[in-house]
Parts: sequence; C-alpha cells; structure tokens
Amino acid sequence: MALNTDPNIPDPDGFYAELLSAHEGLSDEASVALNARLVLILANHICDRAVLTEALSAATKGDAS
Amino acid sequence: MPLDDRYQLAFKLYPYERSADQDASAPVRHPVVVMGGGPIGVATALDLGLQGIPVVLLDDHEGVGQGSRAICFAKRTLEIAHRYGCGQPMLDKGILWNVGKVFHDDRQVYEFNLLPEDGHRNPAFINLQQPYFERFLVERVREAQAQGAPIELRGENRIDAVDVKEDHVLIDITTPEGPYQIEADWLIGCDGASSPLRKMMGLDFEGRVFEDNFLIADITMKAEFPTERWFWFEPHFKSGDSALLHKQPDGVWRIDFQLGWDIDRAEEMKEENIRRRLDAMLGPDVDYDLVWSSIYTFQCRRMKKFRHGRVIFAGDAAHQVSPFGARGANSGIQDVDNLGWKLGLVLNGTAPESLLDTYDVERRHGADENILNSSRSTDFITPKSKISHVFRNAVLDLAEHHAFARPLVNSGRLSVPCVYDGLPLNTPDALADGPARTRPGAPCPDAPLKDGFLLDHLGGDFVLLGIGADVPSQTEVEGAALRGLTVPADGDIKDRYLGDRPGAIYLIRPDQHVAARWPAYDAELVRAALARAIGKD
Repeated sequence: MALNTDPNIPDPDGFYAELLSAHEGLSDEASVALNARLVLILANHICDRAVLTEALSAATKGDAS
Repeated sequence: MPLDDRYQLAFKLYPYERSADQDASAPVRHPVVVMGGGPIGVATALDLGLQGIPVVLLDDHEGVGQGSRAICFAKRTLEIAHRYGCGQPMLDKGILWNVGKVFHDDRQVYEFNLLPEDGHRNPAFINLQQPYFERFLVERVREAQAQGAPIELRGENRIDAVDVKEDHVLIDITTPEGPYQIEADWLIGCDGASSPLRKMMGLDFEGRVFEDNFLIADITMKAEFPTERWFWFEPHFKSGDSALLHKQPDGVWRIDFQLGWDIDRAEEMKEENIRRRLDAMLGPDVDYDLVWSSIYTFQCRRMKKFRHGRVIFAGDAAHQVSPFGARGANSGIQDVDNLGWKLGLVLNGTAPESLLDTYDVERRHGADENILNSSRSTDFITPKSKISHVFRNAVLDLAEHHAFARPLVNSGRLSVPCVYDGLPLNTPDALADGPARTRPGAPCPDAPLKDGFLLDHLGGDFVLLGIGADVPSQTEVEGAALRGLTVPADGDIKDRYLGDRPGAIYLIRPDQHVAARWPAYDAELVRAALARAIGKD
C-alpha cells in the first residue's frame, strides 16, 4: 500500500484543535517529547515499513527551512 | 449627558424628528422597541413591521457609521434579505467571488474554489461594504412604511436607562430636545458588541480575548488584481504576521494586516506608517488612495442567556466572534430570522411566551458553533505558543505538495447557517433515509421551481410542502396559518429533499428551517408537529 496523502481525517478542524490542546501548557522540551511519542505510536499503527519510509521521505522534503 | 456623535456617518438615514410620544402626559406603551439602528436592529424592525407588528427603533445617531466593516455577506443572509424584499439591490451592488488563494511567505500553498452549487438564487458570498447593506435595509423599511408597515425609526434617540418590570420595560430616552420616556412590552437589544443595554442591566459577557491587533486599510487603486480572496501567512513583504486582500464594490480593496499584540496604536494609525506597509505589499509602482483605516482587536464570547424576561439580545450585543469566517453580521441576521416569527406569534397570542426561550436555545447553539469555528481559525492564524506555530507552519509546508494537509489550513471557515439538531422545536425525523441536509432543524436548501426558486415560496408563515404528494392548500392549525404548497418531485428539489423516495411531506418554519418531515401526509402528525414547533407541546 502506498502512502495516502489524500485528505483522510474526518473533522480536520476538530482533530487539529485536539492535537494543539494536548500540547497546551507544556514546555518546549515536553512538547518535543510528546511529539516523539505520538510519532512512534502512529508509526506502530501504520506498521507497513514501505509506507513509513515514504512518510519519512515526504516529511523530509516538506522541510522548507 | 448631552448627545454627542461617537462616529461620522456614511449615510444619514433616519434624521431626528419630534415624536408625539415626547409630548404625551404619560409614557406611551409600544409592543416592541428595538435598541440600535445597525444591520441587526433595522432587520428586526423590518421583520416585525412586515408582519404588521408595530415597532419603534431607537438609535443615538441619525444613520450608518463610516467604514466598510463587515464586508462578506453569506448566502443565508442574502436569502433572508430576499424574503424581506431587499436582496436584489445587495446582489446588484455586491462583488461576486469564488476563488481564494492561500500563500505562505512567497509561495502559493493552495487555491480553493467555493464551487457554489447550481440551482440557488443566491451565491455563496458577496462582498459589500456594511454601510450599503444597512442602507438597502433602511430603504426597504421606507418602502414598507409607505405600504403601511407600522415601523418607526427614531434617530438621535439615546436610551439612557431601562427599568425592566415583570411584563414591560420602562425606557428613559435623551433627544436633542430633551428627555422622555416610553414603555415597551418587549425590548430587543441590537446595540452592538459594546452594548450599553447589557451594561445597564449588569449582564455578563464572557469568553476568550485574543491578544492581537489587526489593521484594516481600504484603498482604491489602478492595479489589476483578480476578484479573489488572497490570504498570506507570514508574507514575504513583511507588512504583518498575516495579510488579507479582498475586493469590494466601488473599486475599493480591503487589506488587513496582523500587527501583533504590543503595538503603539496611535503610531500605527499614522498615514505614513499605513502607507509603509501598503507600499511593501503592493510594490513601488502601484498608485492608490487610502479610503478608510482602522485598528481592531476582537474577542470570542457570548452572553450566558440571550433572553432576560422582556429583554432579548441579538447580534453582536449577544455574541461576538473574530472576523475570520464572516460570522458576525451573518449570524446576527440569522438571530433576527429566528426571533421575528416567534415574537410575532407570541404577540398575537398564537404561541406561549415560552416560545421565546427557544430563540435563546437555538441561537446560543448557533453562537457556540460560530465561536468554535472562529476561535479555531484565530488559533491557526495567530498561533499562541511555539509548538502551535511549529504545527501551523508544518501544515502550510505540507499543504503545498500534499492534498491531505489542505483541509487543515484554516484562514477562516466561511459562515454557513447552523442546523438546530436535537433542539426542542423539531419533530423526530420520520424520513430517516431522506437527505441529511434537509433533516429536521436544517435550513431549507434552495432549488429552482418554475420560473423562480423554492425559497421564494417558503417563509413568513408555516408551510406544508408536499413534494410529489398533495397537501391541503391553506389551513389553520393550532391557531397558526399553514400554507400548503405542492411541487413536482424532480430536479434539484428531488435530490435535495427526497433522495431515492418518490415523495415526502415537509413542515417548514417561517424562518425556512425544517420542523418535521414524513413519507406521507397525515393531518394529525402535522398538527402535533406544528404545535411542537410553536412551543405548545
């Protein structure tokens, strides 16, 4: 299965608000740690190694800075 | 305290005239008094006046203040204006737009098209300066007055105090010729975000304050920009943390710059500083004139309750949102649409007073939806923390190449009317496999009908709509007039109201929201649903 980059999340605004609220009140360090845990949890759910490699590549190219 | 002008007028629409009430020996009683002659107040007077209900509107000025202010008027507002008989001049004057572009720095992140659905009288949005919107409403009031509608607009009549009694309100008014008093069975507060009425009554107004300032500059220019909505996050021209470009009638462009929280307001309002930002954005070769400018801050908040006995609040006086999504004036007009028929039925004795509590419930539901959407847009546009900013820019970076990130980009979720899901006036859906968009509580979607449109035939009264099914043409149910309308089951009406069914019966409220729907006509079910919809259940 290829990496799905089509809109795939129902209620995108609600999801985004929930994501930000998980970070509310955290220090920068704690936020980075939360993100790391989240990536690992989501990666495990995806489980397909080829898809994870594609996702890593997409995120790397997305770095415009 | 003498009357003084808090602002300059764009249009003088209701000059002060002495009223007979000022010479009466005792305060004259009126069924409805409206406080505030802005768009929400005038629309309220118009709605009630067209029903034949005497209404007196009081405003401390003689017309509409300057400044484009609310510039985006949504389809639902235009539909309501059309029902009032003043939608056409708004459409004729307004600017139509469908395409929006979103930029980050110097890159276009994506482009959207509102792709308005065919088969509606009105477009998704028009851009129109608020003073025109108000003027068209007042011109319709003048026309209705000439046809006998009992509406009075009293300019330079400032309400200074209210004494709220059990069954009426005593009102102290100041005019250029001195004070007088009147009484109102019902007082409707449409006196804006900083509502003096709310303060006189010591009522709460709670919510979130957003720590940011936005500069509005309205300009006319020769340069050719397309009629599109352009929004920049962190623009390369550095005129603000975000910027918005949007076209208005009369060759005027609205430009908004996000300035941040700690600013020197007086310094930023100097023309040379406004021009510095505009020059950076437009480039050195663009010639423009500055028409109007203002700096605004905003809050997302509402009153706990919109009804306080014989006093009812509507529009910004009751709830305030950020400007992103055009949910301020548009939601206020929906308040009026909701309140008008309910107050009419209570005043003529058809419905119990408790029907007005459903205005409170339904419009608080609407306000909460608008506040939620506009708060989320604001959080995206002005991130409150470092991590929020990181996520925002990650979304923008990904959106350029990946479609999945585009729905997360939030530069304003444009105003749509809310559905009164699960609220007390609805009868449970008896057409469960019918289209979701026309479920009980939903505003009726428009559709072509004969030479015009379906919505032309709905509203004002309760309507029993038979689609591919006969209904009685006119009856009276529970003391309320019920107009029957039988239409063929084809075209957009079939898609929007029937789905795969051969026919259906809809009970439509006077504000064009669905109260109930069934597969077939049953007089007793209709009676029960109408009783419920007017609060008799």
